[in-house]
Amino acid sequence: MLLVGIVFVISIGSFYLIHLLPGNPATVILGFGATPEAKAILYKQLGLSKPIYLQYFVWLGNVVRGNLGVSFISQTTVSSVIRSALPIDVEIIILSQILAFAAAIPTAMRSARKPDGILDRFLGASSFTLLSIPPYILIVVLVLFISIKLGVSATGPSAYVSLGTDWITNLESLSLPAFTLAIGSYVVYYRVLRSDLIATLQEEFITMARSKGLSQRRIMWRHAFRPSSVALLGAASVNIGGLLAAGFIVQYLLQIPGLGYTLILAINESDFLVVQGIVLTVSVLVVAINFLFDFIINMVDPRISRE
Amino acid sequence: MSNFSSLEEAAVLVEKPEKSEPLGLFFWICVGWVGLNVFGAIFANVLPLQSPLTESFNAINAGPSLHHLLGTDDLGRDIFSRVVYGSRVSITVGIGAILIGYGIGAPLGMLAAYRRGRFDAILTAVMYLLLAFPAIIATIAVLSFWTPRSLLKIIIVIGIASIPLVYRVIRTATLNVATKDYVVAAKVQGATDRRILMKELLPNIFPIALSFFLIGVATIIVLEGALAFLGLSVNPPTPSWGNMINEARTVLSQNIWLALFPSLALCLFLIGLNFIGDRIRAHFDVTEVKL
Repeated sequence: MLLVGIVFVISIGSFYLIHLLPGNPATVILGFGATPEAKAILYKQLGLSKPIYLQYFVWLGNVVRGNLGVSFISQTTVSSVIRSALPIDVEIIILSQILAFAAAIPTAMRSARKPDGILDRFLGASSFTLLSIPPYILIVVLVLFISIKLGVSATGPSAYVSLGTDWITNLESLSLPAFTLAIGSYVVYYRVLRSDLIATLQEEFITMARSKGLSQRRIMWRHAFRPSSVALLGAASVNIGGLLAAGFIVQYLLQIPGLGYTLILAINESDFLVVQGIVLTVSVLVVAINFLFDFIINMVDPRISRE
Repeated sequence: MSNFSSLEEAAVLVEKPEKSEPLGLFFWICVGWVGLNVFGAIFANVLPLQSPLTESFNAINAGPSLHHLLGTDDLGRDIFSRVVYGSRVSITVGIGAILIGYGIGAPLGMLAAYRRGRFDAILTAVMYLLLAFPAIIATIAVLSFWTPRSLLKIIIVIGIASIPLVYRVIRTATLNVATKDYVVAAKVQGATDRRILMKELLPNIFPIALSFFLIGVATIIVLEGALAFLGLSVNPPTPSWGNMINEARTVLSQNIWLALFPSLALCLFLIGLNFIGDRIRAHFDVTEVKL
């Protein structure tokens, strides 16, 4: 129910974007030298001759049928543009999340075992510093040192190769973007999991497990991690929107043809229907992923849905 | 065995400081640094700086020297004065946008938490609906259509996008206070709603509001930098930290200073803000609100 409400709000927002343009949308989108045929297609797509609330339904009807319009720069459909770009974003995000979880879970456990110990202080201070480094600075530094100074191949700008062509080069070209996104996620996951684990370790069932003589390792993984992973999943679900946006910037810098790079090119070329299509797709995706996470969280900790 | 464990735990509990944490020296260094940045941003045109727009073709991509403290960029403009002038955009957007967020989000959050009932239920549902919409993507979308872009439009768009977040933080903070005995006592004494809100609730949520205010400014400065990086913030040649870094990346191999100094300025400013915000929260011992 809530999902339907949010998607409804998103669709109205994305629809209205076109009307933020100064002047007649048709003139702005197509330029002054547009042919009458092109104008006729756009009027049909957007229902521009009708009153604005009817335009929304015309547009929505088209969108539901998968018709997001035609890019007036490249003359391809917006949905095909999105279909070819989206997998790249998904790949970068999956790679970064594997790295972030692999680093955050063990370090947070180490920290939580001895709060305020030397290791905890060190990790706390370094995560705090990393928190203040935006992705667009991190990626510039990485490109400077790894691609330019060290000369590692296939990591610099426009080195992207698709997964189907050569998967090793593909991974190389996506390693810096994935690493940059992973750092941002790592900081969040580490801090959330650490503070939640410290709280969980104070609980009585942990004392119980200790009194049974279970090993520290078993207590951590089997008894403390599962209740604490709820906070971790919650953080991950909030993080998705930011990850996509950070991915946009990184792609733009390295000229990787994912959604972000396509979006920025479309903004610069005033290809508004592409921008609108990407915004709509990304927003709906983020919301859908959030709901998926809610579902997973309920499975991990059934107490939450009973509240 | 179990006795031993609980003793061990008790020891851990005792070790935790009972009193509020001291602010520490580093806190005041951060305050000084952030203050210096704000001072520089306000008085940039009074201070003895070179013009950030004057191009000098005798000194292109020069390293730091006495004449140009931090060197010059690819058009021979002085990097130091561009960094100082660039802080204006970041700080103006950061403070301006969060003020809009607080101006609307904070009163609504306090009222909702104090009154409860249907008003609270509806408002909270609407705010959570808006929160689900990824703010940065909405910001990129609106700014790419709402042309021509100006500083004011950027502040308005980011400000509106921050309202639901501020609302949630303030509402949660107020909820914790509103059920305390002294608030009930004030009610029993017949204090007006206005008095309770201003004299009882406001001073008690102030620390967390201030802490989130600073962290919010930091978050928005990062966002503005991202927008500038994507070419959606103020237009060149007006310097901003974000568009300086963006310009620098094309000449990375010739001029490392151009990328280094604005990045450093931005990161140090963010560390300062985040640290102050975090310390204030710890000092007043407010339990962490998940942001």
